[in-house]
Amino acid sequence: MSTPISRGFRRLRRPSAGEKGRVPPGQYVTQGFPVLSAGPTPHTPLPEWTFSIRQGGGTLKSWTWQEFQELPAEDVTTDIHCVTRWSKLDTMWRGVSVDTLLGQVDHDTPYVLAFCDGGYTTNLPIRDVTGGQAWVAFGFGGAPLESEHGGPARLLVPHLYFWKSAKWVRGLELLDHDEPGFWETYGYHNYGDPWKEQRYAGD
Amino acid sequence: MERTAVRGRLTWQVATVTSIVRETDAVRTIGLEVPGWAGHRAGQHLDVRLTAEDGYTAERSYSIATADDEPVAITVERLENGEVSPYLTEDLRAGDQLELRGPIGRWFVWDTSDGGPLMLIAGGSGVVPLRAMLRHRRRSGSDVPVRLLYSSRTLADVIYRSELDRYRDGAQVIYTLTREQPPGWTGYSGRVNAAMLAKTAWPAGQHPLTFVCGPTSFVEAVAEKLVGMGYPPGRIKTERFGGT
Repeated sequence: MSTPISRGFRRLRRPSAGEKGRVPPGQYVTQGFPVLSAGPTPHTPLPEWTFSIRQGGGTLKSWTWQEFQELPAEDVTTDIHCVTRWSKLDTMWRGVSVDTLLGQVDHDTPYVLAFCDGGYTTNLPIRDVTGGQAWVAFGFGGAPLESEHGGPARLLVPHLYFWKSAKWVRGLELLDHDEPGFWETYGYHNYGDPWKEQRYAGD
Repeated sequence: MERTAVRGRLTWQVATVTSIVRETDAVRTIGLEVPGWAGHRAGQHLDVRLTAEDGYTAERSYSIATADDEPVAITVERLENGEVSPYLTEDLRAGDQLELRGPIGRWFVWDTSDGGPLMLIAGGSGVVPLRAMLRHRRRSGSDVPVRLLYSSRTLADVIYRSELDRYRDGAQVIYTLTREQPPGWTGYSGRVNAAMLAKTAWPAGQHPLTFVCGPTSFVEAVAEKLVGMGYPPGRIKTERFGGT
């Protein structure tokens, strides 16, 4: 099959020197912050918010919002890549490393399922949320994270497509097996590596 | 029925443009012949890939505009400063070829068996996947009651107007124009707000199934008002586009 050429179609802008090597295949850089959501934005009042680590139907550890704010937080500047093709470079987040959270429980399972307000879930190998690769973020650009972008807190796993950075996250379920989450059940890739363009099931 | 069978990879296919229909100044519907298209469901989208003469490629996602038993078509709005949409809406001609893959997405879809009453709420070109649902309903002879509340800037910006004006038999199309209304306008005026939804949307007690599609700020505002009216969040499916 030869690739059809669209005569007259041309690149609109050249990538700046700072973008080189940072934009995965099939992505384009945006200055905006688009939203991918399946339903209405949930609004959980902070006094009712908790973050929990669960396993086998039990809660191993739970933090209130206040307790969560007292955990050591980190500032993270990173590029993010949405499966709908936008990438946003040098985004600035503040949150608690998942290493810090998992460090307070005994765990040896290979997978986690993040669970969220609104019933969303997303599945991740534990090796992808440990080793300084994942955070529970509550700040964006120096301000509290807005609800439509996942506030009060969302997962941040920037090396995978951004739906894995689940909005409105409320905890992690430790699992001994892999279990597809919400978007993974509705046709999106189980792992979601943007550099391998793992957008949809089967990619 | 949920089709959950594990599928193979969605491969890129060469499609041939069969027709280009002018919907509004900025919007075109592009009919496509896709050999071996496996079929789609109302509400799904597909990915388009264009290749320039120098080998540069760009990919974008577009909602499918047609019912599941019709040939594939996409409806594209020209975005100022866009890279792909100006080419698709201004330069593309019948007979041209491009690459696509799909159908994609199994959440924002409606089958007649999903029932209703169905509440469709569109902002601008967010009407495209909802139009596919209306066509699917009509072509399958479904009697599921449906209302479409469709917000546009002006009457000239209304996509599919002649088609939407013809719906009868349990399908009701309600327009609101936010920027400018022609003399004698009998539809709604202004942005979708709680009062407009109270008059036009199914009562929450009827347990409607709702699809909202449009710019992020539109979808955000509408979905929040529906929840405020007592719509269960789990029965409101949203699709958003554009930056915030």
